[in-house]
Amino acid sequence: MNAAAIAVGRFFRYGNFAIGVALSGLVVLTALVSFVWTPHSAIDIEIVDKFKPMSATHWFGTDHFGRDVLSLIMVGARNSIAVGIIAVSASVTLGTALGLFASARRGWVEEIVMRLSDLAFAFPAVLTAIMITALWGPSVINAILAIAIFNVPVFARVTRGAANAVWAREYILAARAAGKGGLRITVEHVLPNILNVLIVQATIQFALAVLAEAALSYLGLGAQPPLPSWGRMLRDAQSYLYTAPEQAIYPGIAIAIAVLGLNLLGDGLRDAFDPKLARKR
Amino acid sequence: MRKFTIAALALAAVASFAVSAPAATRDTVRLGMVLEPPVLDPTVSPASAIREIVTNNLLEGLTRITADGSIKPALAQSWTVSPNGLVYTFKLHTGVRYHDGSPFSSADVVYSLRRAMDPAAANPGRNLFRAIDKVEAPDPATATITLKYPFATLPYVLAIGDSSIVSEKTVANNRTNPVGTGPFKFSRWVKGDRVELIKADTYRDKDKIKLNRTVFRFIPDPNAVVNALLAGDLDAFPLGVPAEAIAQFKKDKRFKVSIGMTEGETILAINNAKKPFDDLRVRRALSLAVDRHAIIDGVMSGYGAPIGSHFSPLHPAYIDLTGVYPHDPAKAKALLAEAGHPNGFQVTLRLPPPQYARKGGEVIAAQLAKVGIQAKLEPLEWAQWLDQVLARKDYDLTIISHTEALDYDRYGRDNYYWNYAGNKDVAAMVERADREINPAERNGILQEIQKRLALDAVNVFMFQLPKIAVWRANLVGLWENSPSPSNDLTDVYWK
Repeated sequence: MNAAAIAVGRFFRYGNFAIGVALSGLVVLTALVSFVWTPHSAIDIEIVDKFKPMSATHWFGTDHFGRDVLSLIMVGARNSIAVGIIAVSASVTLGTALGLFASARRGWVEEIVMRLSDLAFAFPAVLTAIMITALWGPSVINAILAIAIFNVPVFARVTRGAANAVWAREYILAARAAGKGGLRITVEHVLPNILNVLIVQATIQFALAVLAEAALSYLGLGAQPPLPSWGRMLRDAQSYLYTAPEQAIYPGIAIAIAVLGLNLLGDGLRDAFDPKLARKR
Repeated sequence: MRKFTIAALALAAVASFAVSAPAATRDTVRLGMVLEPPVLDPTVSPASAIREIVTNNLLEGLTRITADGSIKPALAQSWTVSPNGLVYTFKLHTGVRYHDGSPFSSADVVYSLRRAMDPAAANPGRNLFRAIDKVEAPDPATATITLKYPFATLPYVLAIGDSSIVSEKTVANNRTNPVGTGPFKFSRWVKGDRVELIKADTYRDKDKIKLNRTVFRFIPDPNAVVNALLAGDLDAFPLGVPAEAIAQFKKDKRFKVSIGMTEGETILAINNAKKPFDDLRVRRALSLAVDRHAIIDGVMSGYGAPIGSHFSPLHPAYIDLTGVYPHDPAKAKALLAEAGHPNGFQVTLRLPPPQYARKGGEVIAAQLAKVGIQAKLEPLEWAQWLDQVLARKDYDLTIISHTEALDYDRYGRDNYYWNYAGNKDVAAMVERADREINPAERNGILQEIQKRLALDAVNVFMFQLPKIAVWRANLVGLWENSPSPSNDLTDVYWK
């Protein structure tokens, strides 16, 4: 392999990472800006303005209720990110705790935790969401809950796998010899050493959570009107595909940007944390 | 060469299948509906979806409503009215059999109508039988109905699903396995998906019926409706095709688009007993806050006539009361302030599955927000809506279309889901209208009722639901208008 090829390979590696950072940053920035400024209200309905084309006042035009599409996309970003952050944080916390616990105890505790994870894993997020909404009605909270429940076993598995490897290391033996208990070893030695794995996994699950939120909202199980959400914008646009096809494009692009950005970011982070893996590829 | 032969044979087989396939389905029609009925017995539940399947197809009344709204004989061959207008004598068809083979006679008429009037049987239309004094059967082929006072609407009342004639023997199972005398008999009900009917050999005019099998499929999702029609999974969607898809179907030669009228007054229903809606000023504020034209334009793509009271624009007694509460958010706010809610309040708006409700809810919530009322939207499944809102009256606001004709009498009922406090007055007016023989005088009373309902702002009266239908261009005989909920398949055939 010559130097030029390595340079190109490196560019793609870090270039991808840079694109990931840029796209994710764009989405987060859009969401943050929407708190202080949107071009128009994302909630006010002015039927007389429906399906206005792109213009200086409405950059992306207006939707079937005459709402400004750009404003809807901006506030929708807020919703996607909030759902992603809350759902992933909750599942990281619970899943990691379970995984660490299983790894520290081993034996039948590990068996039970892992088999329970398998059980939870067997239900797709959408099915979990449908069950939850059947019980408590559709809402953002229940969408978050469904996505979080779906993600807990992901983190439990990843944590346990990584932690088991750490537990086999010699410095753990040393810590044991020094008289440290299981909890203390977990907190002081195991967790710091698997943190990079968790961060990478969390970024990737974040992307999946954004996608899952869009899917649930599309099915009418996520954010309820008047709260704007990309998934519901897509659903609404579907009815007008024949008369106003552009309506489906904007939320579609927004979802694609967010998911692509977060995935590239996750890949880049993995490469950065795990040089061995990066070199192998 | 051999390969070629096989290929040619295969091609021929495919071609012949392609040609024969449509011919094989020519005696089947697959209709789509938005809502699934909770049961299949219209004498125990008010859901229109039941009537859209069974009325005129599976169950019959003494009379029937036809496509143009006129009343024709059904199980009765003919009828006469006594000179004082109090005794109706129905001459029944003889030799009529139920789908289970048992014979129909005047005893079934007496049984069915007495049951319909019995409070214990909980017929949803019991109030419609208010003028009936007694039902008798002088001989097996004759039934008489004696009235308390002249009631010209009787033949109409006897035609709707609530007055279906059923057999005492099978009535207990009619909810899930209805047995009637109509041209089609019940075949099966796959819950959540479809109801299938097949041609009844017992039907008296069975040679006139061209369809052998009919399927009613339930598709609540508007996008799925459009896709099912385009893909050919449905032959017709007689009510509630998404208005925004009409342009697309109009350009497609395979389909016929029909935009007719229904008797469906579409309203924002208010729980009048619940605070703050027990205050007339608050209800009036709601009426002023809602912009009917924006809803018709935004939700129904412009189809639908605005109404100002609970009364069909097709009826000669109709008066336009949309001007009583024009869209005036400023006045609405002032009224709310006067009623002690200067900062508005929070309510829940419960939405059944049809698009006029789900999308209409979004528009109404935005309109109410402009006068300070924060409406939380709560989508409900159809069975949930029937239970929570209609039966248990557990709601603040809801959106629904009342599809029976002349259903203003519901404002006179006790314990109806609106909890309207003026119901006794309206009931008295309804009875006055019933007893009035002079049509002009009668229309005058009906106009009084319309005005009263508007002034009391019982509900927010929005628009008359259009019958937006799409069916295959070569399917003939479906109703263009809906004078009463029914998909009468008696005269339907493939061209």
